Amino acid sequence: MGPALSIDRLQFAFTVTFHYIFPQMTMGLALLILLLKTQALRTGEERYNHAVRFWLRVFGISFALGVVTGIPMEFQFGTNWAQFSRSAGGVIGQTLAMEGVFAFFLESSFLGLLLFGEKRLSPRAHWAAALALFFGSWLSGYFIIATNAWMQNPVAYTVGPGGQFGLASFFGLLGNPWVWWEYAHNMLGAVVTASFLMASIGAFYLLSHRDQPYGELFVRTGVTVGLVAVLLIVFPTGDGQSKMVATHQPATFAAMEGLFQSREGAPIAILGQPDMEKRRLDNPLTIPSVLSFLTYRRWGAEVKGLDSIPENEWPDAVPLVYYSYHIMVGLGTIFVAVLVIAGFLLWRGRLFASRGMLWALLLTLPFPFIANTAGWITAESGRQPWLIHSLMRTDAGFSTQVSSGNALFTFVGFLGLYGLLSLLFLFLMWREIERGPGVA
Amino acid sequence: MATVWFCLVSLMLAVYVILDGFDLGAGIVHLFVARTREERRAVIASIGPVWDGNEVWLLAAGGVLYLAFPVLYASSFSGFYLPLIIVLWLLVLRGTSIEFRSAIDSPVWIPFWDVVFSLSSLLLALFFGAALGNVVRGVPLDAGHWFFEPLWTNFRVGDVTGILDWYTILVGLAAVVALTLHGALWVALKTEGAVEQRAEGLVRPLWALVVLLTAAITAATLYVQPQVGMNLHRHPWGLLFPLLAIFGLAFMLIFFRLNRLRAFLASCAYLAGMLTSAAFGLYPYVLPSRTNPALALTVENAQAPAYGLHIAIVWWIIGMVFVTGYFIYSYRQFAGKVRSGEGYGH
Repeated sequence: MGPALSIDRLQFAFTVTFHYIFPQMTMGLALLILLLKTQALRTGEERYNHAVRFWLRVFGISFALGVVTGIPMEFQFGTNWAQFSRSAGGVIGQTLAMEGVFAFFLESSFLGLLLFGEKRLSPRAHWAAALALFFGSWLSGYFIIATNAWMQNPVAYTVGPGGQFGLASFFGLLGNPWVWWEYAHNMLGAVVTASFLMASIGAFYLLSHRDQPYGELFVRTGVTVGLVAVLLIVFPTGDGQSKMVATHQPATFAAMEGLFQSREGAPIAILGQPDMEKRRLDNPLTIPSVLSFLTYRRWGAEVKGLDSIPENEWPDAVPLVYYSYHIMVGLGTIFVAVLVIAGFLLWRGRLFASRGMLWALLLTLPFPFIANTAGWITAESGRQPWLIHSLMRTDAGFSTQVSSGNALFTFVGFLGLYGLLSLLFLFLMWREIERGPGVA
Repeated sequence: MATVWFCLVSLMLAVYVILDGFDLGAGIVHLFVARTREERRAVIASIGPVWDGNEVWLLAAGGVLYLAFPVLYASSFSGFYLPLIIVLWLLVLRGTSIEFRSAIDSPVWIPFWDVVFSLSSLLLALFFGAALGNVVRGVPLDAGHWFFEPLWTNFRVGDVTGILDWYTILVGLAAVVALTLHGALWVALKTEGAVEQRAEGLVRPLWALVVLLTAAITAATLYVQPQVGMNLHRHPWGLLFPLLAIFGLAFMLIFFRLNRLRAFLASCAYLAGMLTSAAFGLYPYVLPSRTNPALALTVENAQAPAYGLHIAIVWWIIGMVFVTGYFIYSYRQFAGKVRSGEGYGH
């Protein structure tokens, strides 16, 4: 792996990871804001409108950062991954262009109306703007996932004389079997992030003895929506997604599970460290036969290990795939526990008085971001060494014209610029939370 | 089919320049036409609800370019690596400054972001103009249709080109002045009082400069890129495009006293005329070669396979019907002068 390729990979990984902090918030919040706005319209209570305005301010900050960090993503396909773009543009250009034409215009036009138009629009039209924003941001997620799904599981393509891929079926591309689980799983992940954000800010108000009615509204909404979403993340979407990986990407699946040897009645590894020299899991804590059952619904089924796959088709960082997958699943399990208990207390009417549980909700805040990021690292480093699975290797996709020195220059620039943006983001978010929903 | 997509991509880019052009122009004149806190708030509020939607035209045009001409997308984006990434950074700074300047009402915070806003807008206009200059002039393509350009070499228009040479700098300057005028007309249309008057005061001198620079880049282009003259000679109907620019230029000044909106629309026509002239002049090239003309990227050798291009025409038209609807609705809602008390911070 040459230095230019490494820097191209690092720059893309860094910019996309940083970018995705924001869409996971805004896609989830778009749903929660729509729910609050619906309540406002139905009940006519001013409390809900205050809540909506507060969350729109939070949304506005995150959306702005999502937009400005999103533009470099589309352009980097061309700047740093030119060989890939030349080959694959005829296919994934479709979904990327559709995202612009169908989703971004919808989102941006109606966000403007939602943020600036409350005085100019009727309440019903203002509600419709919230609906359009939700629809636009979830559509945008769909087109990006469809793009990624094609790289994970290429379908509906032709290969031209120069190795250029072309589209063979439009609906084949949009209806890639990989899309559905990945999309559902990912969007629910965004809902969990936004739900925890809402619940933990609500818990913060309750614990600080301020903005009591809003604190209760946020905790109730966050816990309720979050509980539904987190259960759906585990089953059926998480289950469906991992079966998809087991079927189409056996090497990735074996790396995720830390399974070095193929075996019947394969155990599931809860903890352990992949030892790449000895080809085994050190200090394993495993439950027998569970992996076979979860994957094939038979306790004795055979699961393929890394040993059944040529080593040059293994993900180039097996431990990274293994750890990020385990971090995601581990955190997901914690979310289920926290939200089930909080949901139970809410149902019994004891949640708002339970300081311990409110603290738990408050402190969980960073973890959904980590879980979503870890999930994406699993997907992307799990796809290695392929850029387009089984069709194009990552080291055949980068821009050979761009020297490593030029690539490093822009990578350092992105590090600096995004470092500043993260400070700005934390600072402005804190100010909004501090100001609170009570102000006009 | 490739020709149709050539027209559509050119059209989308022209719409981007016209719409985001007034955001950039408003950014460039921001510090000069608005002095007080209230005045500056009015300028920002005039573009606040629409700038993001305008910028989406760039993203959407980029996506459609990727879809229709993947070979061009790959070669040009990697070949223009540094300036493109710098443009991305400037877009980040411009967007951040508009969105965050009003978050804190402080005499330190707001002026800081106003300067960032103005400078990034100015540099974006310059870079966009220089980018257009590079595409018109052509680049040293190799046998695999790849190239890489440093930011500058010797500032001459030879075989070893840089992003910046006398020609591309000239086009960049023309873009800055034309968009400044475009922005001044927009600000005059959308604001009242002192801001409106100062923006008005800028129009005449800027207009004279635009006329001068338009003549200069036209002459320089005919000299630097012979294809333009050949196309106009072979297909005289193409003179309609430069005529549109000339009419736009003339009517801008004629209308200015009578009707602000018409003067602004004339400026839109001018920009559309200039950009379509460039597109017409280059066709069938999408990226001319400075070395061997046979290595140039054309609509034929840069296009994606046919099926995708056919199917995309269907959804593109459907999509654009929706987009037109959103823009008409949104611009209607925010029509007229900026109202006081409107804008960020609610």
